[in-house]
Amino acid sequence: MPDSREYYFKMAAKEEMLKMTLILHSKNRTLTVRVKGELDLVTAGEFRETVDRALEEMVAQNLIIDMGRVTFIDSSGLGVILGRYRKVRDKGGQVVIIGLNPNIKRILEMSGVQSFIPVCASEADAWRLLEKKAI
Amino acid sequence: MDRIVKNRIILQFMSRGENVALSRITVAALASQLNLTLNDLEEIKVATSEAVSNAIIHGYQNNPDRLVKVVGTLYEDEIVIEVADEGVGIADIRQAMQPAYSSDPERMGLGFVFMQSFMDEVNVESQLNRGTKVTLRKRIGGAGAENKAVS
Repeated sequence: MPDSREYYFKMAAKEEMLKMTLILHSKNRTLTVRVKGELDLVTAGEFRETVDRALEEMVAQNLIIDMGRVTFIDSSGLGVILGRYRKVRDKGGQVVIIGLNPNIKRILEMSGVQSFIPVCASEADAWRLLEKKAI
Repeated sequence: MDRIVKNRIILQFMSRGENVALSRITVAALASQLNLTLNDLEEIKVATSEAVSNAIIHGYQNNPDRLVKVVGTLYEDEIVIEVADEGVGIADIRQAMQPAYSSDPERMGLGFVFMQSFMDEVNVESQLNRGTKVTLRKRIGGAGAENKAVS
């Protein structure tokens, strides 16, 4: 399996109809998921299915979730992130969230998710954190 | 004296997940007719999303063929959003409103927490096997987080 692979997962037939797009990238056993759009009841299911499959196929241990282009999140969206956190943690890995806009940040703070999933300002910071954890 | 209704929408749709986005966008479009901040609109969207998701997931237990009704009413100083289902109802409303109460490990049980945090008032009426109605109120220029009533 190549060390670095990139996939585009389109969730609907037409680009303009997409509620959520995921771009997945894997490197050094870390899967990076860039989320664009809305994370709610419907797209949470799509997120779970796609990310779980990619974690398995890419034999990834860690997960970086880039939420810089998330325009909406509710408790269904947070639930699916929590579910991935539990899954990755149970296999000895780490989840890091990056790129929060103020609205999404507020919701994450209220939910308490940030007390167990670290949030970094940039992808470089996330990699530094993962490297530190690996030592 | 009855308050003057500035505008009202009545929206009824099948209990399909796709309609959660439809309902929150419609309610936000209605709310935007009031003098609200973008933050307020985001909060209304999240609260509506939670109430409609609850109706679909819990009220109708994910049966997509039932109907959810949303009534949005604008007053001079308030928006009131009612989300009603004719589903299984809630046996213990107080327990259902507790943070982290969820029957599903992939869900955080934060639906009511977000509704309470983002709206000025959250009222839940429910009867077993008859259905549930959640009423969300947000006052314009209201005290927000400092002044909440939950019943």
